[in-house]
Amino acid sequence: MHIEIDHVSMTYQTPEGEVEALRDVCFSVPDQSFVSIVGPSGCGKSTLLSILAGLEHPNNGEVRLDGQPIRGPTEKIGFMPQRDQLFEWRSIWRNVLLGPEVRGDNTEERRDMVRTLLSDYALYAFRDSAPSQLSGGMRQRCALIRTLALEPGVLLLDEPFSALDYQTRLAVSTDIARIIKQKGKTAILVTHDISEAISMSDRIVVLSHRPGTVRAVHDLTELQGISPMERRGTPAFQTLFNQIWEELDVNV
Amino acid sequence: MSEQALSPARKAYLQRRKQENIRVHILRVTLLVGFLALWELAGRRGWIDVFIVSSPARVIRTLANLWQTGDLLHHLGVSCYETVIGFTLGTLSGILIAVGLWWSRTASRVLEPYLVVLNALPKTALGPIFIVWIGAGTESIIAMTIAISVFVTILNMYAGFCGVDAEKLRFMQTLGATRGQTLRKLVLPANTDTLFNTIRVNVGLSWVGVIMGEFLVSKAGLGYLIVYGSQVFNMDLVMASVLLLACAAILMYQLVQSAERLWRRLT
Repeated sequence: MHIEIDHVSMTYQTPEGEVEALRDVCFSVPDQSFVSIVGPSGCGKSTLLSILAGLEHPNNGEVRLDGQPIRGPTEKIGFMPQRDQLFEWRSIWRNVLLGPEVRGDNTEERRDMVRTLLSDYALYAFRDSAPSQLSGGMRQRCALIRTLALEPGVLLLDEPFSALDYQTRLAVSTDIARIIKQKGKTAILVTHDISEAISMSDRIVVLSHRPGTVRAVHDLTELQGISPMERRGTPAFQTLFNQIWEELDVNV
Repeated sequence: MSEQALSPARKAYLQRRKQENIRVHILRVTLLVGFLALWELAGRRGWIDVFIVSSPARVIRTLANLWQTGDLLHHLGVSCYETVIGFTLGTLSGILIAVGLWWSRTASRVLEPYLVVLNALPKTALGPIFIVWIGAGTESIIAMTIAISVFVTILNMYAGFCGVDAEKLRFMQTLGATRGQTLRKLVLPANTDTLFNTIRVNVGLSWVGVIMGEFLVSKAGLGYLIVYGSQVFNMDLVMASVLLLACAAILMYQLVQSAERLWRRLT
């Protein structure tokens, strides 16, 4: 599934005044590609994700999924929230079935498919465990399966690894990138971590500070087919890192 | 873990802990027995006036009498009944109203100042009003009990509902969850701790409501026995009733804790 973000602008009204979060944002996400959006904090990344998830509607412009404007939350788009947000009071099995339950699609067929996902990604043995009994990496995989349970064509990842320590983060992002590619999903990752973006993506969109505008779009053609871990060792990685760093124009 | 696996240091540590627990238990019992013995002794030696402060032996004799006449179970039963009904109605209606406030932002914004005032108001002041409106009977006592527990239930539960992680709420939205689904699958289960804390507090508050109510109106119950006893200067009866009250309150508190443990094991 491909997505076009077409001249999207968004201004919020708050009691304190107007906040212009996004201005004329334009880029596209090709079918089965992995696109990262990087930008400084407060660049409207979260707003953009909310719009993509159909939770908010832009003041101007529109977002199209396979040519159709997004009007509200849809099963075609799966969301992976910040931290894993697994429900502590549910077992792993009941966590991954949350989506089907809410959508009224908790059929035997659906459960079979989820069961296969759990065993494919080494979580089936933990189906009756509580989330707190799992490691950070396993929790993350569980969160991904919960999102995949509704078989969305597009995955939105909202800094899902930000709470993990560095080593786990490297391992988990490699793992998640592999699963997403394997399943042929289109993915949009929001992150402030440049290395993470370069290691996982086919395309990187750099947003400026508020109001968020597209500062640059990088197609990572020369890194295609290289695994996230190996990418980190290539010269292209360094070059790109420095380039994006400058584009972000971080002032401390 | 097998016995052999324990290191000497571990064994010594466990031994020390066990001894400390035993010591604490012995001191607790000694304190109670010592207090009762001193009370009894002081009464018999004439250091204190048993007519005013009673004595353990007289309290036990009074309890035995109450038991024989059937009054003990009657009064205890009346108070427990009122407490259970008042507690249940107060807690349930409090939770329902809190759900309503969570559901409607307008309702919560409009009602907030009223709830704060009603919560701050000493509910005992409402007693005479209930008596005039509902009559001098069990209904007024139950109304009193509800008044004492319902507002704090609403405020606590509502605060708990509002404290649910915004990211989790957003996630439910992306799944296309309705407000009812969000309530059932996220907001209520996320507040199990708040619920049990509220229930524990309400058990105590309900007893306060019942005893206050019985002071004002009743013809039966532990509160009635206490007031009656003090009016006829039968301090043995007053002390015996207070003792019964303490036992009943503890029992009910333990029941709630067992219910909580059972609930947590099942889920």
